[in-house]
Amino acid sequence: MTDLPSADHQALLSIRDLRVNFGDTEVVHGVDLEVKAGERVAIVGQSGSGKSTVMSAILRLLPGSGHITGGSIVMDGFDLTQADDRAMRDVRGNRIGLVPQDPATNLNPSMKVGAQIGDALKAHGLRDRVSRKRRTIELMDEAGIPEPERRAGQFPHEFSGGMRQRILIAIALAREPQLIIADEPTSALDVTVQARILDHLQTLVDDHGTSLLFITHDLGVAADRTDRVAVMLDGRVVENGDPQEILRNPQHEYTRKLIAAAPSVSATEGVARVTARSQGVEKRGALEPILLVQDVVKDYKLRGQRGQTIRAVDHVSFKVQRGATTAVVGESGSGKSTLAKIALGLEQPSAGKVLINGRAFNDRAARKELRRCVQPVFQDPYGSLNPTFTIERLIDEPLRIFRMGDRTSRRTRVADLLDQVALPRNIAQRRAGELSGGQRQRVAIARALALDSELVILDEAVSALDVLVQHQILKLLRDLQEQLGLSYLFITHDLAVVRELAHHVVVMRRGQVVEEGGVEEVFTVPQHEYTTGLLDAIPGASLTAS
Amino acid sequence: MTVVESGHDLGSNRGQIWKSLRSSTLGMVGAGILMLMAAAAILAPLVAPHPPTHVNFGLSYQPPLTRGYVLGTDDLGRDILSRMLYGIRVSLQVGVLSVAIAVVVGVPLGLLAGYWRWLDGIISRLTDLMLAFPFLILAVGLAAINGPSLNNAVIALGVAQIPIMLRVVRGETLRIKASDFVTSAEAMNASGLRIMGQHVLPNCTSAIIVQATVIIPVVVIGEALLSFLGIGVQPPTPSLGIMLSDAQQYISQSPTAAIFPGTAIVLICLGFNLFGDALRDALDPSNANT
Repeated sequence: MTDLPSADHQALLSIRDLRVNFGDTEVVHGVDLEVKAGERVAIVGQSGSGKSTVMSAILRLLPGSGHITGGSIVMDGFDLTQADDRAMRDVRGNRIGLVPQDPATNLNPSMKVGAQIGDALKAHGLRDRVSRKRRTIELMDEAGIPEPERRAGQFPHEFSGGMRQRILIAIALAREPQLIIADEPTSALDVTVQARILDHLQTLVDDHGTSLLFITHDLGVAADRTDRVAVMLDGRVVENGDPQEILRNPQHEYTRKLIAAAPSVSATEGVARVTARSQGVEKRGALEPILLVQDVVKDYKLRGQRGQTIRAVDHVSFKVQRGATTAVVGESGSGKSTLAKIALGLEQPSAGKVLINGRAFNDRAARKELRRCVQPVFQDPYGSLNPTFTIERLIDEPLRIFRMGDRTSRRTRVADLLDQVALPRNIAQRRAGELSGGQRQRVAIARALALDSELVILDEAVSALDVLVQHQILKLLRDLQEQLGLSYLFITHDLAVVRELAHHVVVMRRGQVVEEGGVEEVFTVPQHEYTTGLLDAIPGASLTAS
Repeated sequence: MTVVESGHDLGSNRGQIWKSLRSSTLGMVGAGILMLMAAAAILAPLVAPHPPTHVNFGLSYQPPLTRGYVLGTDDLGRDILSRMLYGIRVSLQVGVLSVAIAVVVGVPLGLLAGYWRWLDGIISRLTDLMLAFPFLILAVGLAAINGPSLNNAVIALGVAQIPIMLRVVRGETLRIKASDFVTSAEAMNASGLRIMGQHVLPNCTSAIIVQATVIIPVVVIGEALLSFLGIGVQPPTPSLGIMLSDAQQYISQSPTAAIFPGTAIVLICLGFNLFGDALRDALDPSNANT
């Protein structure tokens, strides 16, 4: 345990006018930031804002052609920009611990987790094997891993994402650093797990008196859990101060945008909008639902175990009204994505039925007919577009498959669709690799609309996007629903965004529906304790409080 | 070159691919070597200073640069340079044609096996069978039926490479099949064949090119082996492989007779490898915007 400096106000880490170049381009333009001993500071910004570059600069681990061109990073009176590699190795780990973003790739898959924590202890100078083992188990216990003695001998793949993140935290804490940098430590995790991990990290940091530099794109999370927030935009800190003060009285236009876009804040506003919309829907409500899921069961055979099955979807029923949105909410493993595949006719239910416009995916002709009405938009905008196709070719692929129109008419249709999703027409000849995540998701939406589909299955369609981009895509989806009378089946793990788009909510857990109802009911008077848990896990309580 | 023709729709991207190829120094070196080799092969009858099969016992084992023999002569007094020019012809032919067989048969079968699980069992068992069956026996069998010839050697070498190409493409197909863009295409009611041709194949191209550039050196050496055993190219027709194996017998007297054809084989392999690498980078769409 490092002794804390007596004066609370003394800065542990002080960054002055930090400038970082990649090649000849400056990407961080003079950042000032201070972290006091025992203080928790958040850097908030979207991807490309330079927040991760600042982090890498502190650790002197800038990738590729990145290098520091000016300014200073002083830690405990020691300028890290001037330190040689040997000194830096001591700083990394021993004085600054890192909790990385993705627990799936940051643990060595072929090494027992106990040994990985042990490695960190060894680097810290704990030579004795027995005491190293004892300390490893202590650390795992502290990190909240049950049965640490047994689990220390297990490999990373035997742990869930949340548990792996706890191990990474244990590794970071093993060397008792003065500062922990947490780089989006929970963005790859489910909401409820996210909340537990962050609570835990906070407790540990408080107990040890360690300082925390928390890097996130989510202002809500930052405001909940830190003493000070620095908002970054385009390589500059545009706002820096007390989180409550920033929320109440944002000085910079960008911060105002971030606050407006944070899903949890606009919830109240969202409800008003939904109410207005559902009135319109109710008029049409007498019509038959566009998607009817009735008592659907899906069993999968377990590999290598004869006759054994696992039930992914367990007697699920709900419907999507024409022109309305039904959200299916659940954590990973709740069976919601299997449901999406069944609704798209890509998987056959083991029992029960799925009717679209009153028809089932029975034979080839019905499949062809129904697939014109139902189209998907997937989570990962990088994986869902064929990288070898041009944007035009991507969007007109469904038209080609259904042999609709000739070259010229298809070209016109693509231009119209690009207009509809607010993309410039001149990107038609580019490839998906040249677009940003938000633009790609717009392309995926345009493709889903090419056949004049009536029902769009949005499988985590906004989960991989930055807050601001997410906000824009949700707005686009609402606008398209109003203009074209589209119906959405919105599948997500994030209750916060549900409120912005959905009329009905179905909450799923382990393949079963635990709660179903109108969005206001579910949000204001949740019936099931699981739903309450999900609602409590939404970050940004302090945002709503303000 | 066959590899380029493996069914990839270059589309409007062609200019960009060309630009990327041009900017790769090593790729251009590879292309230069290949062009030189191709020129040597095509122009052999015109530029060869002597007939390649002309025997002159009085002038055997001549060192390079003597009496008009630029690279010297072999044990029978034949001009090494002329024999090499004709030999390159044979080697390139064998390399390109065998790869063509492996690609034309292996790629479609690999796509089918990877995409349709029910076909996978049949195709993969057949592949195992072929892998278990030594290609040398196949070559001997073919020679026994049709008589030894270059064509039979090419067929035997090409067929032997089919399972390897097939497995590479099958593996890529399995990976690409799991991606969301294939699921999207399925949700658009695209047929299996369409998905294989339009979505999977273009994304396999780099793996196919890499595999093809690996295969070419193997078959060029393989031809030497078959010719050495007498079931490939028939003497007195020269091939780099025959020259190399002949020269083994008198390597202490005249090392240059082995060094020159050996160098030519190395250059051919190097050319294909360098150019193949550059081509793969140029075709990779994720590099397109840089």
